Amino acid sequence: MFKFLLRRFATMVVMALCLTYAVFYFTNLPPNLEKIAKSEAGSRITDAEVDSWLAKNGYASSTPQRYGEWLGVVPGWRNTTPDGKVTGRCIARGTDPAVAPRFCGVAQGNMGFSNVFKQPVSSIIGLRLGLTGWLMLCVVCVMVPVSLLIGILAGMREGNRLDRSLSAVSIATTATPEYVSGVILITLFASSVTGLKWFKGTATSAMDNITFENFTLPVMTISLYAIGYIARMTRASMAEVMTAQYIRTARLKGVRFRDVVLKHALRNALIAPFTVIMLQIPWLLNGVVIVETLFNYKGFGWTLVEAAGNNDVELLLGCSVVAVIVVLVTQLLSDLGYALLNPRIRLA
Amino acid sequence: MDPLSWPEITIAIAGRLVPVWIALVVTFALSMRFKRRLGLYGKLFDSPIGMLGFGIVMFWVFTAIFADQVITFDPLSQVSRMKNALPGMPHPSGEGYYLLGGDNLARDVFSRVVIGARRVLAIAPAATAFAFIMGITLGLPAGYFGGKFDMALSFLANLVLSFPVILLFYLLVTPEIRVTGIPTMMAAVLFLFPVIFLVILWNSRYFINPMQRNIYVGVTLVFGLWAYSGLAFNADPLGVWSMDPNLLNVFVSVVFVNAPTVFRIVRGIVLDIKTRDYVAAAQTRGEGPWYIMLWEVLPNARGPLIVDFCLRIGYTTILLGTLGFFGLGVSPESPNWGSTINDGRKLLSLYPHPALVPAIALMSLVLGLNLLADGLREESMKD
Repeated sequence: MFKFLLRRFATMVVMALCLTYAVFYFTNLPPNLEKIAKSEAGSRITDAEVDSWLAKNGYASSTPQRYGEWLGVVPGWRNTTPDGKVTGRCIARGTDPAVAPRFCGVAQGNMGFSNVFKQPVSSIIGLRLGLTGWLMLCVVCVMVPVSLLIGILAGMREGNRLDRSLSAVSIATTATPEYVSGVILITLFASSVTGLKWFKGTATSAMDNITFENFTLPVMTISLYAIGYIARMTRASMAEVMTAQYIRTARLKGVRFRDVVLKHALRNALIAPFTVIMLQIPWLLNGVVIVETLFNYKGFGWTLVEAAGNNDVELLLGCSVVAVIVVLVTQLLSDLGYALLNPRIRLA
Repeated sequence: MDPLSWPEITIAIAGRLVPVWIALVVTFALSMRFKRRLGLYGKLFDSPIGMLGFGIVMFWVFTAIFADQVITFDPLSQVSRMKNALPGMPHPSGEGYYLLGGDNLARDVFSRVVIGARRVLAIAPAATAFAFIMGITLGLPAGYFGGKFDMALSFLANLVLSFPVILLFYLLVTPEIRVTGIPTMMAAVLFLFPVIFLVILWNSRYFINPMQRNIYVGVTLVFGLWAYSGLAFNADPLGVWSMDPNLLNVFVSVVFVNAPTVFRIVRGIVLDIKTRDYVAAAQTRGEGPWYIMLWEVLPNARGPLIVDFCLRIGYTTILLGTLGFFGLGVSPESPNWGSTINDGRKLLSLYPHPALVPAIALMSLVLGLNLLADGLREESMKD
């Protein structure tokens, strides 16, 4: 078990490094850097001026070198201007270069500074992640019980009318991406066309105060797509368990159908959906980005779009670190949980 | 002229779609008539769900084919006074109506959705096919040989799959990245796979008959490399094959996102199939590994692969919509469904129709593909 964990953890670290390097590489392509230089030093500067600006601000070294600096394993760059002033990555303006630390990267807790929001990246991400946390919490609270219930009810008696209608619903929701269901839900429940106006079409006010009125539609929109998928997986797993020998034995010895489902079938049928739910969380990240844009809820997904759209490299890197960690941790949890739930699997 | 009422709009739209209806009826009549001789495709017509799905998909396919006959107005022209017009408003010129209203730039929503279908159906199936060929070409040896090769490829596939899709799109589909030439490099790799696949396919089977092999491989190489030079490098000497750089960027990214999943599916199926007796028999006969993979394993893996192909076209459609929704890799004028939804969402609570119509169109196409996949899965299991 310990050895498995160690190996799994090592793979995870390697993957995180590869992924962040890929993001670093793509956000630091020469045209992107040129854009940064032009937005910082004026849009009409010549190519030579761009190069000198980049050299002065530590962008001239190779990508692996700068990745190391960003990560905090390579000493930050330092430049000495002709008049003897020392500037550098780790030297804040107005401080003495002599006392400044040599390393300042993610490993030291320094995620950089956002050019668009004019704030440290870590504080932006902390704030936005908190907002998205509420959204995710509500989504999970809605998604998991509803999808499991649909899946179990459908898979309980395979092929009957309940199964057919619930399966139709879940196929329909998996065919509806967030930007479609969001539009449909807003039209139905928040527009003047149907006149229902039960809920609000934006969730901006939910950033200060979450109410049923402003949070229902975003949560529904994210959940719908995932519900169909998880329900179908649960149904398949439940249907398979219901054909097992021990279920037949239980039925034959006269256990009530309700007890067969709840006591005999359910626990075995929930192993597969657990993995699916865990692996669905990274996909929810996509849903979050779309829904936060659609409903103008300024959380993590909205920040990612802003950072990418405005070429805010440090912020985008910070966001991707968070996204990558979320993905890798859920993968690890799903592996471990699967092994714990299913006694037939032994970790060597 | 008075605005049309909803029943009149329905009739008018049905009227515009007459070529589509005729094509659908002909397809269904012929398929039903000869369904016993058409293999898996024919069996589809035994399953009501599969038929429904096939019907919806073919509806959009024929709409895309006959788009020029179906549209009522030019999808790009803006007509004053028709801004955010409600469905059924008459055109100021007195000829025809905006059947599904006008959008915020006063363009005809109906015509834009119809032309948008053409965009989606031109890219999604082709991108999915490329992803499949790449996934198959790499997944077969990974599953069959295992070892270091498999480990390295599986690691790469997991790496790509660990990226949140939207982040990947924001990194890969930008005007800046087109300057660096990375999409062209990716295309150079991705588009080579069909050629490699076909060459190996012919060679592994016909190498005992060099004459026949040379003809097949030769034709593949000439035709494939000709298309390859045009599509990947825009350097086709005859100018037949070419791809807009924007489109190439989108296409390559979508293939890149889909291929690792296909790789994993193929690898999983191969791991299962390679323990079968007929594979052992072929090995005993002394067949080469590529012959076994391509002519013994692959045909027996077709059921799940065909089903996944349908599902994946739907998923690709969703991805293309996502790209359009965030305005990545599309011109602002383009009538593709994703960007139309994005344009329409700003006035959603007042005028929902510009966003709602493409939203429902996209949903119905994906639903059709999902139902088709479901029907195919049911029927292929009966084999």
